[in-house]
Amino acid sequence: MNITNTQTDNVGKLIAVEGLDGSGKSTQIYLVKRWLEMQGIKVFFTEWNSSELVKSVTRKGKKKQLLTPTTFSLIHCTDFADRYERQIWPLLRAGYIVLADRYKYTAFARDTVRGCSPAWVTNLYGFAKEPDITFFFKVPLKTALDRILSGRPQLKYFEAGMDLGLSADPYESFRIFQARILQQYAALEQKYHFHVINATRSVEEQQREVREIIGARLDLPSFKRRNVS
Amino acid sequence: MSKRFFGEGMPGINLSDLRGKLIVIEGADGSGRSTQIDLLKDWLERRGHATINVGLNRSNLVGRQLQRAKDGNILSPTTRSLFYAADFADQLENAIIPALRAGFLVLADRYIYTLMARDIVRGADRAWVESLYGIAIVPDAVFYLRVLPRVLVERNFEKKVQLDYWEAGMDIGLSRDMLTSFFKYQKLIQTEFQLMQQRYGFEVINGNRSPRVIAQELQSRIESLLEDILQHDRQDETAVPLPSLSSITQENIAAHA
Repeated sequence: MNITNTQTDNVGKLIAVEGLDGSGKSTQIYLVKRWLEMQGIKVFFTEWNSSELVKSVTRKGKKKQLLTPTTFSLIHCTDFADRYERQIWPLLRAGYIVLADRYKYTAFARDTVRGCSPAWVTNLYGFAKEPDITFFFKVPLKTALDRILSGRPQLKYFEAGMDLGLSADPYESFRIFQARILQQYAALEQKYHFHVINATRSVEEQQREVREIIGARLDLPSFKRRNVS
Repeated sequence: MSKRFFGEGMPGINLSDLRGKLIVIEGADGSGRSTQIDLLKDWLERRGHATINVGLNRSNLVGRQLQRAKDGNILSPTTRSLFYAADFADQLENAIIPALRAGFLVLADRYIYTLMARDIVRGADRAWVESLYGIAIVPDAVFYLRVLPRVLVERNFEKKVQLDYWEAGMDIGLSRDMLTSFFKYQKLIQTEFQLMQQRYGFEVINGNRSPRVIAQELQSRIESLLEDILQHDRQDETAVPLPSLSSITQENIAAHA
């Protein structure tokens, strides 16, 4: 939509993290948030799939398994648009650093695996700006699977990709689903200039690299809160 | 004639399975849409056609949430567009397509044209909206009941004593005065429909006339579609085997699951 293109006062910065479940990206973005906050920087954190308005719809749809690939995609995009128009975009214009735990690339990967046309999905999210930095936390499939599945968690229906009919066993379904998502991510990596972080290393090492990159790309002091006292 | 999608379409649909016909009636509130659909349904059923009515905002998926959000007027423009698109997609997949597959005549009380016009009038990017609704099936016939805004106002006042907030476009801020806003908004919508008429080639029906005259015109135009079905049947008579009993039972089970 045209809302993003007609505004010129986009002075904030958007940093997104992407990666498989179990890649450690949420830990890393949390540490970035703490780091920025403690420097007195205006920072806002937002998560995929978290808007109140459509949570009730997805809950309902998931329970009844009413969702098809198309409606699944549209509901998640609605959720994202709600957060984008209500929070992300206004905050960027107000000069915030916005940290997104998963961004539109998550939808590109998942919806495409579910059979939606890539061109359609790309257009669907056309209203959302490209991040200033996208970190991709890369781990071998097996590492990610081990991290998630070692505790034998209760996998949710859509999380495990059960709607694709890949396997009757949720754990097997999850494995195949994640493998396909990883393939899609690989295709997006170059096209959208992901900054790939080797996520097999220690938390500290990764965080040091992430902070270095952010520090080099953004003029952090300019995002500090003004002292009003 | 086989069905096609407007754009990219959606996964999991085999278009050649869709034997029914999709007939769309478009028009503003008060244009006589629902009256005409009722008349058409009677007429078609009398002639032995299985017929089903579908409309907007009726999906199980988001219908209620959408109404709530609408009441509170709390949606931003893109979110609102997408909410409506999700509702439409749900109707398409769970009502329209199964009916077409079963060989029904589907009478749609509004379709993507109204949704697109509303979005575009509210500032949405045309190409974005068109791609969004590229999931939709191209109808076999679209009739747009065009009614003078002055007549619409009269009919709305008669029916509901007041104008509808959304049909008056009050959310866009065209005027604080509801009647002024209504005229401005309907003009914008009609202009958009004119553009779409050229683009998608649907039939414009003069909706200022009496319901009976309009019904006759619609019937004569739909007649040719029906001939198409009968002709198709004659061609296929020997080619199409009757479904086996087991597949019928499975369908029934799926329908009741």
